[in-house]
Amino acid sequence: MSDTHAQTVAYVRESMLPEKPAPIAEKGAVKWLRENLFSGWLNTVLTVISLLAIWYLLSAIGPWLLNTVWNAQSLRECREVLDGASGACFAVIRDRWHQLLFGFYPPQHYWRPVLSLILLFVALAPVLFSQLPRKLLGFSAFYPFVAYHLLWGGSVWLPISVILGFALGYVAYRILARIAPLVAITGAIVVPVLWWVLFAGEFTAALTSVAPIGLEFVRSDRFGGFLISLVIGVTGISLSLPIGILLALGRQSDMVFLKSVCVMVIEFIRGVPLITLLFTASLLLNYFLPPGTAFDLILRVIIMVTLFASAYMAEVIRGGLAALPKGQYEAADALGLDYWKAQRLIIMPQALKISIPGIVNTFIGLFKDTTLVVFIGLLDPIGLSNAIRADTNWNGIYWELFIFIGALFFIFCFGMSRYSMYLERKLKTDHR
Amino acid sequence: MSISDDVRSATSAPKRAFRPSMLLYDQRYRSITIQVFFLFALMLGAAWLIDNTVNNLRALGRDFSFAFLNAPAGYDINQRPIEYNSQMTHGRAALVGFLNTIILAVMACALATVLGVIAGVLRLSNNWIVGRLMTVYIEVFRNIPTLLWILIFGAIMSEAMPAPSAFRGDDPAASMLFADSVAITNRGVYIPSIQFLRDLGDLQLGPIAPSLNWLLVLVVLVAGVYANKRLLQHATAVQNATGIRPKTWWKSILVLLGPVVVIFVALGAHLEYPELRGFNFAGGTYLRNSLIAMWLGLGIYTGAFVAENVRAGILAISKGQTEAAFALGMQPGKTMRLVILPQALRVIIPPLISQYLNITKNTSLGLAVGYMDLRSTLGGITINQTGRELEGMLLMMLIYLAISLTISGAMNVYNSRVKLKER
Amino acid sequence: MKKSVFLGTIAATSLIAGLAQAQSTLETVQSRGELNCGVSTGLAGFSAPDGNGVWQGFDVDYCRAVAAAELNDPMAVNFVPTTGQTRFSALASGEVDILARNTTWTFSRDVDLNFTFVGTNYYDGQGFMVTRELGVSSALELDGATVCIQTGTTTELNLADYFRVNGMAYEPVPIETNAEAQQQYLAGACDVYTTDVSGLAATRASFANPSDHVILPEVISKEPLGPAVRHGDDQWADITRWTLFALIAAEELGVTSANIDEMKAGTDNPEINRLLGAEGDLGAMFGLDSEWAVRAIAAAGNYGEIFSATIGEQTPIGLARGLNAQWTQGGLLYAPPFR
Repeated sequence: MSDTHAQTVAYVRESMLPEKPAPIAEKGAVKWLRENLFSGWLNTVLTVISLLAIWYLLSAIGPWLLNTVWNAQSLRECREVLDGASGACFAVIRDRWHQLLFGFYPPQHYWRPVLSLILLFVALAPVLFSQLPRKLLGFSAFYPFVAYHLLWGGSVWLPISVILGFALGYVAYRILARIAPLVAITGAIVVPVLWWVLFAGEFTAALTSVAPIGLEFVRSDRFGGFLISLVIGVTGISLSLPIGILLALGRQSDMVFLKSVCVMVIEFIRGVPLITLLFTASLLLNYFLPPGTAFDLILRVIIMVTLFASAYMAEVIRGGLAALPKGQYEAADALGLDYWKAQRLIIMPQALKISIPGIVNTFIGLFKDTTLVVFIGLLDPIGLSNAIRADTNWNGIYWELFIFIGALFFIFCFGMSRYSMYLERKLKTDHR
Repeated sequence: MSISDDVRSATSAPKRAFRPSMLLYDQRYRSITIQVFFLFALMLGAAWLIDNTVNNLRALGRDFSFAFLNAPAGYDINQRPIEYNSQMTHGRAALVGFLNTIILAVMACALATVLGVIAGVLRLSNNWIVGRLMTVYIEVFRNIPTLLWILIFGAIMSEAMPAPSAFRGDDPAASMLFADSVAITNRGVYIPSIQFLRDLGDLQLGPIAPSLNWLLVLVVLVAGVYANKRLLQHATAVQNATGIRPKTWWKSILVLLGPVVVIFVALGAHLEYPELRGFNFAGGTYLRNSLIAMWLGLGIYTGAFVAENVRAGILAISKGQTEAAFALGMQPGKTMRLVILPQALRVIIPPLISQYLNITKNTSLGLAVGYMDLRSTLGGITINQTGRELEGMLLMMLIYLAISLTISGAMNVYNSRVKLKER
Repeated sequence: MKKSVFLGTIAATSLIAGLAQAQSTLETVQSRGELNCGVSTGLAGFSAPDGNGVWQGFDVDYCRAVAAAELNDPMAVNFVPTTGQTRFSALASGEVDILARNTTWTFSRDVDLNFTFVGTNYYDGQGFMVTRELGVSSALELDGATVCIQTGTTTELNLADYFRVNGMAYEPVPIETNAEAQQQYLAGACDVYTTDVSGLAATRASFANPSDHVILPEVISKEPLGPAVRHGDDQWADITRWTLFALIAAEELGVTSANIDEMKAGTDNPEINRLLGAEGDLGAMFGLDSEWAVRAIAAAGNYGEIFSATIGEQTPIGLARGLNAQWTQGGLLYAPPFR
């Protein structure tokens, strides 16, 4: 001390003291612990309770999870390997993973659902991430046909003839637009419908007999597991978007009758459990359709799920519409745009953008709800877990299947919810 | 002439005589045209559906009648809030199912609210480990289907809990909890129940007959709450007049609990404990596995969503509010109670009610674990035994719709009451 | 949007296809090239998909025999898994052509639901299974027991009647699938498991220690299980009925899938000759060729072969023939004469 201050007056310090280490309570792990875990008696109690809970969970599950058997042909064999010790028997996943993922889809064609899933992401990318070139949206429009052909197969001419219908509609619109817009719209609707109803079948049949190209046809009752959840979920949500938009617009419209019908439809569907709609699909739809009509259960389920999702979608989009400042509507009116032009060019692009997080959340909900199809006998992952348990080899196996199914759902839903949060953040900076 | 005519018609369009083309091109008439067309299409569609249904029913040789509701049901229901046996009608069975649906919905809503509020608040806590734990809870439960959770809780109950026989013998493998009052078995949970020595009988109210004892307790409880409210109003009046708030807590407790205790004593209330008898425990209240699995599955799953709503509600209140309250010299506790929470509730309650709606609709998953709700009785066994799927399903949809509309009606009333009065 | 229209078209085309179906069930099936057969979602031995997704079991083999008779291909069957709840509407709506799902033949199902039961392929009855350590030897000692039942079946009605008539109380635990019910029973979540005795035997056989479980002697109901078709198409009902009888008669006459090729050339027994089409032309009477029964029997064997391959004593299910033996062996199987 004295030599440091040798040449100075007694009360002035000229040189820096060496830096002292921070008090033990204010640095490193201890500080962190103090501030984050033990900052008060309440926090301390909470910390202790949490630690106890974690310890309890780990000690209950840990040994079981660590001691796993992957190679066995049956639960009995598994238990012999474990020899009385507690352990998980993931051999069932090894044995049946393909069923849980694809149902009874022919194994040699597994690449088809996988490819359609990959292409789904490619098709979704331009919709989800605005940085990507807009031209990719063209592929997104074609994706449904590509996916249909990949998943179901059959003659390649069927989707092509359907696409042709849209092309014809567009041509009709362009030609008739010179006469009057209303005529053009009517033409754009009538021409494709006429094509599909009257000519598409023969067109497909003729071309198929000439050039039978296409993937091998796979019946929809071969679909199962996650494949069925994804097919129902993705189709349901994408089909429900346009219907939802129409319902939302109807609900906002000032035509009293139209509005009340839309409100009734939306409130009815939102008011009943999905399972009653699924039962309607499986038990009642045949009453409502002409005698002798019988089509695929999966298609019926998709129809009902689409209706279900549409009502929720309508509410999400209504929220988006309501969030738009009134000035946007007034500006559109001031520009002299008619209703549809205003919707198409000004209102919807903004409203949809605001609603994307809500749409993604609706999709997550719908995707989880596809598990309810087990009640009408479709073999979704949960249905398959029942079927696997019905096999004498795996009778009595629960947790391993639940963990596998739960983990798959978690990965999907968690990923999507992260995406929707990312969007929410992005949209916030856009607006504020 | 033509020019002047045109000018006049452009400036005074409304006076122009009606022409058919105006139905399409005039905004005023177009909406009517569209609606008329829409109505026409709708009626056509409805007529088509009804015609198909009638034809199909005729082809199957069936009629459309709800007479099956008066036929004897023939099946037993394990959880019976009201008197029921297999000789009673399908309608009665449906009523039992309906009550079971309501019981489950109320229980699950309560659990979800409690869990959701705790988890939502704790997730914002600055305690690192608690915050993370709550995040894990919320994310894990939100992203896995509720049906799977129900099955998991069902499996936990039936696979991991001891059988009643494990409680038997001199050295039982399992023992009851809380001084031999609660037994958790793989068939469900047995808890003590309150029984009365003096029974006042039942009140005959058509199909249901609630016990007069419990009605009396309820009436006294409601009266106590009302009296307490008046007491607090009086205290506020005194505070406004004198600036000093009289101490009311002991009066409140007295008013709220006193009469209830008196009633209980007067009626000779006592606890009945479950005990092993025959194959199972007897006595006490029996919460079946199916109820527990549904309750935990729905409650904990929805709790995760409620937690997110609560968190969003609290975060939605701008920090300025807290700072303003601090600037006024308010304590943190008071700030929360008087400033933040009343505003946050306005944000929290609407999504909370829609979560209640979801719970009510999700009770229809009861069949997965054998819970005898409306969907398992009317929509399940009854439809199955009578083959009346059209009538049964329609009736069931209407009942669910009525429940949902009641709840959302309550939400709308609440919303309009707490809505910010914009001027 | 595009996809919606697209699927709409598919719906419309199938609608049109559906409208064109104002023909007999046989014609429909033949033009489709496939038989839609409603089976249960999974009951070991009766119908369950194996690891490759190929359906196996007693009911499944019957459907294969019908498909072989009509379509000349035992594999041309589309199995539609139905739950106890969806099975009747699946049949009524035409989603399946035949319901072979261990369905009990009852008056109201036959008359009120407008189905035709074409026969009985398995005579069953409802029984009880308990663990040996419970020390129960008769169903009458089950007062107060917790009973696992499968919902959507006649068993819950029989159970309610039985306990009510005998003045006993019980706690029903309704469960949707058989596998789930077994598991609950094994875990001790119920004291008693009740279902058809065949199902109980199948279940018990799959347990680690079958001898720890007792099937009580009381059989509380008659459960004739049989395939069902819709009212109104008697030709179809005849084909399905006589395919069943052909399988039964084949066993009685000693025709097996092994010796059928030599037998169809002609034997000393005129009944066999008529059955296998070597004499007369019975098949033409209901719109099939003369070798229909040959194909039906060759598909999976005669009744006895099917029985022993799927649920018989050699299989894990381990059911004895019992009531389901030929009438000559003291059972109830009795096929009317083929002439």
